[in-house]
Amino acid sequence: MSILIDEKTRLLVQGITGGEGSFHTQRCIEYGTKVVAGMTPGKGGTQVSGVPVFNTVESAVKETGANASIIFVPPAGAADSIMEAADAGIALVVCITEGIPVMDMVNAYSFLKGKPVRLIGPNCPGLISPGKCKVGIMAGEIHKQGNVGVVSRSGTLTYETVAQLTGFGIGQSTCVGIGGDPLLGTNFVDILKLFQEDKDTHAIVLIGEIGGTMEQEAAQFIKERVSKPVVSFIAGASAPPGRRMGHAGAIISGNTGKAQDKMAALSAAGAIIAPNPAEIGITVKKALK
Amino acid sequence: MKIHEYQAKALLSQYGVPVPAGDVASTPAEAKKIAAGLEGKVAVKAQVYAGGRGKAGGIKLAADAAEAEKSAAGIIGARLITHQTSAKGAPVGKVLVEKVMEVRRELYLSIVIDNARKMPVMIASEAGGMDIEEVTRTSPEKILKVHIDPAAGWQDFEGRKLAYGMNLSTAQVKPAVKLMANLYRLFREKDCSLAEINPLVITADDKIMALDAKLNFDDSALFRHDDIRQLHDPAQDDPFEARASEMGIKNYIKLNGNIGCMVNGAGLAMAVLDLINFCGGNAANFLDIGTVNNTNAVVSAFKVFTADPDVKAILVNIFGGMARADTIARGIIEAYQQIDIKVPVVVRLAGTNVTEGKRLLAESRINYIEAADFLDAARKAVAAAKGGRD
Repeated sequence: MSILIDEKTRLLVQGITGGEGSFHTQRCIEYGTKVVAGMTPGKGGTQVSGVPVFNTVESAVKETGANASIIFVPPAGAADSIMEAADAGIALVVCITEGIPVMDMVNAYSFLKGKPVRLIGPNCPGLISPGKCKVGIMAGEIHKQGNVGVVSRSGTLTYETVAQLTGFGIGQSTCVGIGGDPLLGTNFVDILKLFQEDKDTHAIVLIGEIGGTMEQEAAQFIKERVSKPVVSFIAGASAPPGRRMGHAGAIISGNTGKAQDKMAALSAAGAIIAPNPAEIGITVKKALK
Repeated sequence: MKIHEYQAKALLSQYGVPVPAGDVASTPAEAKKIAAGLEGKVAVKAQVYAGGRGKAGGIKLAADAAEAEKSAAGIIGARLITHQTSAKGAPVGKVLVEKVMEVRRELYLSIVIDNARKMPVMIASEAGGMDIEEVTRTSPEKILKVHIDPAAGWQDFEGRKLAYGMNLSTAQVKPAVKLMANLYRLFREKDCSLAEINPLVITADDKIMALDAKLNFDDSALFRHDDIRQLHDPAQDDPFEARASEMGIKNYIKLNGNIGCMVNGAGLAMAVLDLINFCGGNAANFLDIGTVNNTNAVVSAFKVFTADPDVKAILVNIFGGMARADTIARGIIEAYQQIDIKVPVVVRLAGTNVTEGKRLLAESRINYIEAADFLDAARKAVAAAKGGRD
């Protein structure tokens, strides 16, 4: 098993005709993802990589039965795309776009409230259930099907982690990049809950970073509800306070958001902290023994 | 994005939030003229992005215009070092000359986005004029909050909750509620990330006004606010960061160490800093090169490194995903052709098109140090920066 996406996922690509949209549509198809529809207003009736393009999400869902969507729409229109997907009844919306105005996302979250939709991201690499389905921009070939669930705020640091795991022959059930923004649709606790319930996930890797208190909330949840081993690394222990480290959400403000506090909370909750980012794989290997 | 206090006050005033009378001066003579037009005592305030100006000598009180001129002469052109600036301090190009108000009470008012609740929150406190984090820690009961429904917008009852909560008199409540509504309108219309008035004061003649103000803006929303973008003062930027930005390198932060780092992805870039630290070294910068589809960005990054005298070694760590390792390799080779690179360069490539990237580097005959993996790369860079090869 895996979480959120598998062979039954029928993917819609919003912004499929753009450079990134068309490139990653092709890569997802090559990986084995069932990409059933694309959507770009004004491009309805055309095709990208053999995938039919629609003018609205509503018509795409009606014609193809799409149940998940990935968004490559530029920042100014991305919040609108998220709301359109939710309005059309899409259950899983993955927003890759980086740099969406915060106030647009505030409005989008207000719109999503009460609707049966899960948003992953924005500003995320997406997710992959190795061997089954890829809804994201990660290189599929570094992954290996298996039993470790990975959840992370970062893209490339997740690739690094996954490569370390695969290098030790440790496969992954699902890898979820929840995104680097301060306002995220899905947080660590949401994913931990799903991994804890997934019987094919035997251990969990949690990659956090400076900024906010999401890791502390994860620590609380791990302490109370997670019985599987959790290995964690928090990026940014050497980051200066008050500076935004690339990700909009990665900033130490005052006394909030320090890597050391997050590590201490996770460690106290029973998680194993990798001593450095090059030793996440070996730490998982030891934890699985 | 940050702006100066005088700019924030101009915006507040435009939105109907009262501020003390005053104006901005670039020369002591201008400061004198402004002071002469204001009655009584004036404050001469250094305009830098950092807080803690008062303690650092960046705010002077002057009894008359002549004294204001003298104070301004001492501040303008100097560098102000506060607990929030670097050791070199921030350059002062302008001062705000402002009428000194007789203050009866100091309050606090701000709006930020509550990331957990995903909505704006207005924070008010009776304990104004102090570090609000300190108040939150020592007297949390003095911190009042109302969350603002983005769909319904600001409601006056929310303002009354805060105003009565701060023990304002009946006469003060109405203008306070109006001020709060105006502050939210500004926050919303200009895509602020922080709108903070500290202190918000009640004057001796019972007026409510913003004595100091700080407005920060959402960088992601600047594309729709040309007026705000133009308020940016490049003199306040770190010179290396400003140069990097001019060359199209956006996610660059100057740090105190001596290893220039080029990494793709913010999380991995932070992890590289941590790993260098773990290996006993220090990075000269944070740099997320992002998704590189052409070699220009790589060459530009090398130009930024070689212009920085602190950089004693360069570490390139790329895990190709969206970015491709062969493009990075081509960029490194071009950089060697275009620039005189005197410091050792450690390269670790992985991911998309890594075989091609490694082949290009190997055949190029450039004098780089190849790293097998993440840890190896950090170790070799730390050793190289110390002058020896691992």
